[in-house]
Amino acid sequence: MEIIKTEHLSYVYNQNTPYEKVAVDDLNLSIEEGEFVGIIGHTGSGKSTLIQHFNALLRPTSGKIYIDGQDMWENEKEIRKFRFQVGLVFQYPEYQLFEETVYKDIAFGPKNMGMDEQQIDRRVREAAGFVGLKEKHLEKSPFELSGGQKRRVAIAGVLAMDPQVLILDEPTAGLDPYGRDRILNQISLYHRAQKKTILLVSHSMEDIAKYCTKVLVMNQSKVFLYDTVEKVFAHVEELREIGLAVPQITQVFYDLKARGFHLNDNVYTVEKAKHELLQLLRGETDA
Amino acid sequence: MLKDITIGQYFPGNSLIHRMDPRMKIVLTFAYIIMLFVANSMFGLLVGILFLIVTYGISKVPPRMILKSMKPIVPIILFTAILNMFFVSGTPIVEFWIFKITREGISLAIFMLVRIVCLIAGTSLMTYTTSPIALTDGIERLLGPLKKIRFPVHELAMMMTIALRFIPTLIEETDKIMNAQKARGADLETGSLIQRAKALIPILIPLFVSAFRRADELALAMECRCYKGGEGRTRMKILHMGLPDLFAALFMTICFAGVIVLNILL
Repeated sequence: MEIIKTEHLSYVYNQNTPYEKVAVDDLNLSIEEGEFVGIIGHTGSGKSTLIQHFNALLRPTSGKIYIDGQDMWENEKEIRKFRFQVGLVFQYPEYQLFEETVYKDIAFGPKNMGMDEQQIDRRVREAAGFVGLKEKHLEKSPFELSGGQKRRVAIAGVLAMDPQVLILDEPTAGLDPYGRDRILNQISLYHRAQKKTILLVSHSMEDIAKYCTKVLVMNQSKVFLYDTVEKVFAHVEELREIGLAVPQITQVFYDLKARGFHLNDNVYTVEKAKHELLQLLRGETDA
Repeated sequence: MLKDITIGQYFPGNSLIHRMDPRMKIVLTFAYIIMLFVANSMFGLLVGILFLIVTYGISKVPPRMILKSMKPIVPIILFTAILNMFFVSGTPIVEFWIFKITREGISLAIFMLVRIVCLIAGTSLMTYTTSPIALTDGIERLLGPLKKIRFPVHELAMMMTIALRFIPTLIEETDKIMNAQKARGADLETGSLIQRAKALIPILIPLFVSAFRRADELALAMECRCYKGGEGRTRMKILHMGLPDLFAALFMTICFAGVIVLNILL
């Protein structure tokens, strides 16, 4: 079952002014339920514009979007419904925190959905648990927390709405390696536990290779590739041409192969690389 | 979208008017405003309209931009026109109940309407063809003599530059925060006045927090580069008056003279 589908989706910024810019150009895409999709692309390739459409923040200049089979802009008054169905975590989401306590801030979304106190309480605690926030944090002011903690609060604020689709726009930008791994691991756990669809915008090919099931490559306002991780990262040359890269380890293997080593094609995590290399070395000693 | 607001926004181009010295543009804009108020007949205003046609023609700013700048003040224009129409005494044309519309009222209403439209279009032309930075630069130089009486001209200009510089940033920031809160289901469009005012809290608090953070960072960055105010500061781009400025001044003088002559003749 496809959860997100677009038909000839286009979006133009500042139409009819000298600043006019096509950000999304005639895009057809369908994303299956339960996928963990990594979105990569150059700065300005239309990633952020695209994901804002899925959350009904931008209205397509032309074309249609279907969420769970429903035409998003068919009934404008119902548009908030889609915002609860598709949760969007922006870049640097910690700048949107505003409440007196972490608890209240996470509760903002569920409250807007019109839930009762009990339900809200359950959702807040669940979401805080998913991002690894402790009980003692909940009563603190969000402005007292560290950068990484603030970000986790902001992500919890979206998770608390329990959306069917979770979209994260570079959730790890500006974090240290520990904070980065922690957030991504928690998102991955959430994906496995909840069987929700997740879209992750990232510039780190390593993270994409490690966590995602599919990759969407955007280039010049269009979908360049949309396929499984192996198939996308097999296009080493094409990706390089549009200014992107494959994971470093894939690059190493690509170059090794070019030098005449017999190696497997689809290596994109260090784990698998280790396995491959050991096999190669054993093979050589055997011979 | 918030980004679509124009308050005489800069319209990039490379026309003669774009290249004019901002000081001359500011002075001439003031002269133009004074001219509009000196003119006491429709014919005088026609000179003002002629001036606009010529300058907008040279600037290559599309005429629909004039309409755009006019939009926010439509209520004021209508209000002035209607007041004039009903409250000026003279020969009545139409009369009903306690209202009467006089011939003088109508002509004065049209006169006022044209004057306001010219005023807005004229001042907008300056802001359309001058980037905000060039504008403050021009203001700083024009106010230069006030330094003698210890008026902090440079500091004032720097404050204006920074304020202008941060308007787009803050608008973008507001947009972002609004989107982020909307994504969490914040309802900004419907509800009673009090509800809507309350709905602004989740936007204003993060906005203030980030504005203060930015101000702090900027102050630090300026200090790191040894900024210490206007004393002894030189500039990279020195303003020059050129031939276009001379012609513009000449044209303005001719128009102004024309208006005065028309005033005396009629």
